[in-house]
Amino acid sequence: MTTIHVNGQALETNATPDTPLLWVLRDHLGLTGTKFGCGQALCGACTVHIDGNPTRSCQLPLGSVGDKAVTTIEGLSADRSHAVQKAWMELDVPQCGYCQSGQIMSASALLANNAKPTDAEIDAALAGNICRCGTYDRIRKAVHRAADLLQSAPANAAK
Amino acid sequence: MTHKITDSSRRDFLKITGLAGGGLVLGLSLTGCSKPSALGAEGGQPVAWLKIDSENAITVLVDRSEMGQGVYTSLTQLLAEELEVSLDAIRVVAAPVNAVYVNALLGAQITGGSSSVRDGWEKLRKAGAQARMMLVQAAATHWDVDAAKLTVQGGYVVNGSKRLSYGALAENAAKLPVPTDVTLKAAKDFKLVGKPQKRIDTAAKVDGSALYGIDVKLPGMLHAALAQPPVLGGSLNRFDAKAAETMPGVKKVLATASGVVVVADHYWQARKALAAVKISWKAGPNASLSTEGIKAKLRAAASRPGRDVRKEGDATAAIKGAAKILSATYELPLLAHATLEPQNCTADVRQDSADIHVNTQTQQVAQGVVAAVAGLKPEQVFIHTTLLGGGFGRRLEVDYLTAAVEASKAMGKPVKVIWTREDDTTHDAYRPPAHDEVTGALDAQGNLVAWKLHLTGPSITARMFPAVVETAIDPFAVEAAQNYPYDVPNIAVTYNREEIGINVGYWRSVSHGLNCFVAESFMDELAHAAGKDPYAFRAALLGKQPRYKRVLDTAAEKAGWGKAPAGHFQGIALMEGYGTYMAQVAEVSVEGGALKIHRVTCAVDCGSVVNPNIVDQQIHGSILFGLTAALWGEITLAGGQVQQKNFDSYRLLRLPEAPPIDVHVIDSTEAPGGLGEPGTALIGPAVANAIFAATGKRLRALPIAKQKIVTI
Repeated sequence: MTTIHVNGQALETNATPDTPLLWVLRDHLGLTGTKFGCGQALCGACTVHIDGNPTRSCQLPLGSVGDKAVTTIEGLSADRSHAVQKAWMELDVPQCGYCQSGQIMSASALLANNAKPTDAEIDAALAGNICRCGTYDRIRKAVHRAADLLQSAPANAAK
Repeated sequence: MTHKITDSSRRDFLKITGLAGGGLVLGLSLTGCSKPSALGAEGGQPVAWLKIDSENAITVLVDRSEMGQGVYTSLTQLLAEELEVSLDAIRVVAAPVNAVYVNALLGAQITGGSSSVRDGWEKLRKAGAQARMMLVQAAATHWDVDAAKLTVQGGYVVNGSKRLSYGALAENAAKLPVPTDVTLKAAKDFKLVGKPQKRIDTAAKVDGSALYGIDVKLPGMLHAALAQPPVLGGSLNRFDAKAAETMPGVKKVLATASGVVVVADHYWQARKALAAVKISWKAGPNASLSTEGIKAKLRAAASRPGRDVRKEGDATAAIKGAAKILSATYELPLLAHATLEPQNCTADVRQDSADIHVNTQTQQVAQGVVAAVAGLKPEQVFIHTTLLGGGFGRRLEVDYLTAAVEASKAMGKPVKVIWTREDDTTHDAYRPPAHDEVTGALDAQGNLVAWKLHLTGPSITARMFPAVVETAIDPFAVEAAQNYPYDVPNIAVTYNREEIGINVGYWRSVSHGLNCFVAESFMDELAHAAGKDPYAFRAALLGKQPRYKRVLDTAAEKAGWGKAPAGHFQGIALMEGYGTYMAQVAEVSVEGGALKIHRVTCAVDCGSVVNPNIVDQQIHGSILFGLTAALWGEITLAGGQVQQKNFDSYRLLRLPEAPPIDVHVIDSTEAPGGLGEPGTALIGPAVANAIFAATGKRLRALPIAKQKIVTI
């Protein structure tokens, strides 16, 4: 058994150490908000935070997670209250929605380190997240909006 | 309005069934269908448009698949408009398979062809109105007053200071006859329709709770990975699973019609074990199939005269006598759909029934295919439609359902099969390639006097709905060619069907994406040959086409046509598809050979708008979908195998590459047009025409990245 720390909880899994974290989350722990898109870290649908850093969980073996804190979309907030989620809802960003967990995890990691990103900084931070439906214009606007929300309510930044 | 796959001019009637436990279920049935009594419940699934229970919970059953295009919201708006309830009072669930849900524009329960709103526009408003009228009548009877004196508000019937909730009235309302004399609201009275509404599905898509096919979990479910023949059209020769069978978690390795499946406790176990199975394949007839071979085959077939799609005047004679003749050949590549959610299916097959949880666009076909594979009757198969992580036509195919059905049947347990991205890219039903030859003739004043377009390519419909093309030309091969809008006295459009040995499929905008590229690129060639401005050249030929003319003028005006900043160049393109008229202007620069797309301006007349918020989303999305294809999209074959595997070799547009898009919607009270697809078809020619303006070089093949005219 391996213990990993996901969304603030210590969870045990019998998955083998070579199993990608993506499949541990989805199959073993029932956290299906993190998506499988490419399996090669090319699309970003599987993005989670590892100690706050956006990470492609499809390329991270369970055995390499160790004691690091894993945050998934389910753990970003309990009630869609994270500024990025609020901005995403305000601007109605998703279409099919399949990539959006990954987009939101990349955007929230960006904002945790850069309170007021420029368009170019948003482009760079989210270039690894493919949206096949083409929601990019709203994604960019929503990241700016989330930055505004965080500035007016800095308590959220801790989330 | 558009192509019907079968004639569905059947008269419909309404039927009401009481719910066990009380409440109202309003359903629509079709005469001639086997069992109208099936209304109410089928295998535990209600069959109706809406359900109001005694607790006042309103559930709308949406009969089209939600694949991002917003039908869970827009179709619900139509019903809610007449029911006089707000969207946040409504829960949406996916409808099961039933004849009541047949799409009148397509003749089956299908989500596609940008048809959902067009099909539901009257049907769903009428259903909402009928339900409201019955609830009001139930209240009138209860209070013993004239129904005309009552009003409705926010889910209540109101009588002065008294009110009764829809929920309290539902059971009695269900016993009333369905009103046949229904007057729908005038557009000026709409409260929801035509107003921007937030999407119903957004909240679940920002917290990870939205349920896609890949997320389905059933008690006792096993997971499976699939290997398919690497050569398209190949088959299994034999396999050795000794090593795989003893690997952790592995339950079974079995041959299916589509390849070899490993079933295990968890998906990663199945994937690992699949890699340990030694498989030998038979290549089949496509062992030497190549992209060059396909191109050569289409080129050779193009020498045949083809069948007449449209013939006006005498194009051949007009060309002979013309002052200037221009001819060109256009070639377009195969494309993959690349839905971000890879294909997957969860099947629970039992002795006498089966439950299939799947992200399908084609519920009836899915039911029929599952029944055949499982050895059941169609009515024993229940299709549970999940959310779709993208559709784009890919999920009109049912190839990704069968392995799960076979595996579940073999295991006696629910099984979920997930394709890898590589499976998905290499085993698609690809957008057809095309080889199109086009000739235009100008008189001495530069007027276009003849248009001759000769299309050659494989037919999708011949495989999907063979009855349609028994005698007729595939209607989904000649879009944007048959309805060439320009006022030219001599027009000849012909079509040659030529199969290429692999499956081709419906891909967002279908043949519009092919034919609009050719027609609108060549119109640009003709304008330049005539020494005329490409916008003015088109506009002069649209005297009889006010809706086309208006979007063309609007796009040109809003884009500042002819007034681009120094170093920027514009290209324009125009099309009607799915009842929607659209023009786009792309503004580009090419500096040091490098293409930059600065802006896209889109003018659209899609008739009556249901939800401007979703219109905006769909136009943005459809343009970027088409731009991805124009810039990079190409599936190539060597030795019968697809050479692209994942997003490194099949490139999709990313955030930094998305240009700003300005959308201008024309006010209209015409019937709604479809919106998911036109934008996809138009961006290619708009960009290619802009590149010509910038470089003087004409793109007669795609993708742009491979044509050595600009770098991206």
